[in-house]
Amino acid sequence: MLFFALLVVVIFSFSFEPTSEEAQRISGGLMWVAFLFAAVVALNQTWARELRNQVLDAYRVSPAPGWSLFLAKTIGNFLFVMVLECLMAPLFVVFYNLRSVGPESMLALSAVLGTWALVVNGTFFAAMSLRTRAREIMLPLLLFPISIPALLAMVSATTATLTGDSSPTLALEFLAVYDLVFTIVCLLLFDTVLHAE
Amino acid sequence: MKTAFIVFSLIVFALLTNGLYQALVAAPTEATMGDVQRIFYYHVPSAWTAFLCFIANFVASIIYLAKRNQKLDAFAFASAEVGVVFCTVVLLTGPIWARPVWGIWWTWDARLTSTLVLWLIYVSYLVLRRYATGGQTATIAAALAVFGFIDVVFVYMAIRWFRTQHPQPVVGGGQGSGLHPAMLHALLMNFLAFAMYAGLLLWLRYKLERTSHLVEEAHAARAIAGDAR
Repeated sequence: MLFFALLVVVIFSFSFEPTSEEAQRISGGLMWVAFLFAAVVALNQTWARELRNQVLDAYRVSPAPGWSLFLAKTIGNFLFVMVLECLMAPLFVVFYNLRSVGPESMLALSAVLGTWALVVNGTFFAAMSLRTRAREIMLPLLLFPISIPALLAMVSATTATLTGDSSPTLALEFLAVYDLVFTIVCLLLFDTVLHAE
Repeated sequence: MKTAFIVFSLIVFALLTNGLYQALVAAPTEATMGDVQRIFYYHVPSAWTAFLCFIANFVASIIYLAKRNQKLDAFAFASAEVGVVFCTVVLLTGPIWARPVWGIWWTWDARLTSTLVLWLIYVSYLVLRRYATGGQTATIAAALAVFGFIDVVFVYMAIRWFRTQHPQPVVGGGQGSGLHPAMLHALLMNFLAFAMYAGLLLWLRYKLERTSHLVEEAHAARAIAGDAR
């Protein structure tokens, strides 16, 4: 998976040969698309490994509430994808000679909020696509349309910080609200999906 | 059912014919855009009808999650399908209208983009329904419908806030204020016709879905009875 992420970064670097000013403008978008692809690969494995030996059925009959299982999975995925991003981001910096005009703390904040937005919905949809044929391909089909607004906000926040042209505050606030709303919806609906028969 | 269907179909046919007449003949020609503007009477009613279908889908999905009634699931499925059809009409007539009037096929304006995303979300809903296995389809589809509907709000705001650097379209005449009464009449008549037509399609799809579900149930019941013998 790490290798997959590395490949995505390298392929993107080969596909575009931007001048430094262009790189500053487009790398926010490129970075998030790369993270999105890497996250999907990670998320696909979340629940699939619980199918072996009927572990998922054991979860279903366990007295623990469904949302706690969901929250644990989400936090696990979140940490995992964050580690992945921490390894990929320096590569972008090296390949595109990036430097941030705005404060770096804003980049970190947009990474945390953006990753949570991807992971919370991704974990939920991974559990959903478990009940479908061709489940590996199903997850991106469900996740990408729903994530478009979050993706717009992430890219906007990252680009704003990198170029220093505008303030990323609005995009970050938007992401925070998005995270909050969808975390609540996921927690409320997860029991339904887990016990769907 | 059969008589009701025929009567309903005839009403829809009459309404659509009237709509066509209103749009092409009765409505006055628009001052700056000319006859091209008449696509407005198809574009806007289709959009409204699609939104109505998606609202119906959301409401039916919510009630399904609470009540677990198979009928509601069939209704949600049918309304999403009809909604996608009308949304496709909107996305097709939009560029056809935009090209001669704005000079471009497409622009990443808030309304266009959010309609496209709306279409994507509901197509993914239909794909999920097609690929889901067994009896869980209804539940997970309903969950996705709830997600999709909540997402629409975010989509609209995100696009308004973060994509404003793109060129804003010159909103042509005929929209918003200052609509000629005859134009408004043609618009509303077409909306009525399209909404009724969508209702007819919805009803048919719902019946079909229910019937296929009942057939499946009958097969299952026979298989169980066969095993018992």
